[in-house]
Amino acid sequence: MQIQLTKLAHARSGDKGDTANVGLIAFRDEVYPILVREVTAERVKQHFQGICKGEVERFELPNLGALNFLLHESLGGGGTLSLMTDAQGKTFSTALLRMKIEITDSEVQDLELT
Amino acid sequence: MKQKIRIAAGQGFWGDLPDAPVRQVEGGPIDYLMLDYLAEVTMSIMQKQRSRDLSAGYAKDFVPLMKQILPACVERNIRVTANAGGVNVEGCADAVKEVARELGLSGKVRIGIVTGDDIMGSLDELMSRGIELRNMDNGAPLSTVRDRIQSANAYLGAAPIVEALAGGAQIVITGRATDTGLTLAPLIHEFGWAMDDWNRLAAGTIAGHIIECGAQCSGGNCQYEWQSVPSLAEVGFPIVEASPDGTFVVTKHQRTGGWVIIPSVKEQLVYEMGDPHEYITPDCVADFTTIRLEYDGTDRVRVFGIEGRPSTEFLKVSISYSAGFKAVGTLVYSWPDAYQKARAADRILRRRLERLGLEFDLVHTEFVGANATHGPLAGEPSADIPEVQLRVGVRSEDRNAVERFTKEIAPLVLTGPPAVTGFAGGRPKVEEIVAYWPALIPKEEINTQVRVIEA
Repeated sequence: MQIQLTKLAHARSGDKGDTANVGLIAFRDEVYPILVREVTAERVKQHFQGICKGEVERFELPNLGALNFLLHESLGGGGTLSLMTDAQGKTFSTALLRMKIEITDSEVQDLELT
Repeated sequence: MKQKIRIAAGQGFWGDLPDAPVRQVEGGPIDYLMLDYLAEVTMSIMQKQRSRDLSAGYAKDFVPLMKQILPACVERNIRVTANAGGVNVEGCADAVKEVARELGLSGKVRIGIVTGDDIMGSLDELMSRGIELRNMDNGAPLSTVRDRIQSANAYLGAAPIVEALAGGAQIVITGRATDTGLTLAPLIHEFGWAMDDWNRLAAGTIAGHIIECGAQCSGGNCQYEWQSVPSLAEVGFPIVEASPDGTFVVTKHQRTGGWVIIPSVKEQLVYEMGDPHEYITPDCVADFTTIRLEYDGTDRVRVFGIEGRPSTEFLKVSISYSAGFKAVGTLVYSWPDAYQKARAADRILRRRLERLGLEFDLVHTEFVGANATHGPLAGEPSADIPEVQLRVGVRSEDRNAVERFTKEIAPLVLTGPPAVTGFAGGRPKVEEIVAYWPALIPKEEINTQVRVIEA
């Protein structure tokens, strides 16, 4: 079945020049491997189509149950050059949480998700 | 040697809650108060202020704050580390000295002054020796914007702050020092950590990273169960309780709002993160994939296991330069068909700008209430949406073009789609863009100076 990331994880985002970073944090350790499997750099790039014009890089932090994404060329030039309301990429966190991923029935059962 | 040092964060940026540092000093025991004032573009704002007034160019709020808390700091031996000096560290120190005198604390306060970060005066000499200060984002050499540079400062690390503390400074004032160095330095000083004890330096750096944004690790901007965060109106700013072995607990004063929980600390850990394996500072390279977290009671998160590696041969330089002009205009359209009306107004405006033959590098439209933050991910807005704010921004090297744009917004009220309001602020302001140019410089090119004076 499909499930929205907001049910599985929380996130915080910020900026470094024209790059937005999104840290995606699993609510529970058991969820982390599912995030690793489903929330790939390619999927994130696709999700942010029309917003992220550059590459997406992904880094794994198993110790925190977190993934860090760098979304290059996403902030309209970044910093003071940007004309965007969200020039600092602060709301990219919740934008990522809109993503829907596939999980198996047994995972739904194991995690007691409904 | 003390077995525990408490470092309290009082400001997460220049303009953070004014009373937060006072509450940190008065709310319970602390050993150090750490105040981070400098964001990436703050130095250029300060430079601009100093060009108009030679005595300006630092975080002005720091001075009345010191007036308020200095007696308590002296009485309880709380030491302060702050990058409040901006582009005028000496001026800031003079003002604090004057405050000490007014308070009758002359001779009881030593002020540490850290300078040498400002390399504005030596840029040409550096460039003539082949130090190109290429933009870390796009690789362009600094010479391409040489005539538009407004400020240039190297990020200094913990070492000069440690030296000032060793010299007996109660208050250490720096210019462009790293946020993390302000927290790491007291730990090096108190625990006698070696400057190549990479694991401990990394631990102190990560402690600094966790508290450098103030309450953003203690319940502020917390996405995890945000509706359950207790009394944010009285949010407690974070405190690091560090031990000599490099482990530390993130906490806050009792009887304050907010919360320090593992999810709130994790959210701050990933904030503005690049490659987690290498968080590079002047002091070390910290590895965020080694961080371990566990609870140590209510509002207490213990952080341990941190590993680090040797620092690099370079310091980061923050350069600011003029990059043209911009303006943003807004109007609000109401039900019915609010979104359609705002879109129609945008088309009309763009057609008029085109007919005027104005050159812009960028014209950027957003519909606040429909898609300003999440763009296409937000989907089509409901036909019934009560209102939408049209927000159009332009950017150009040509000030006149931006100026002309600002005259095209209000007329839309009488010459565009109906049921429009929200123009009471008058014409949008034309803003000069001061852009950020990050670069690297070999460490040996920077001559840091440390002075400790008697107030």
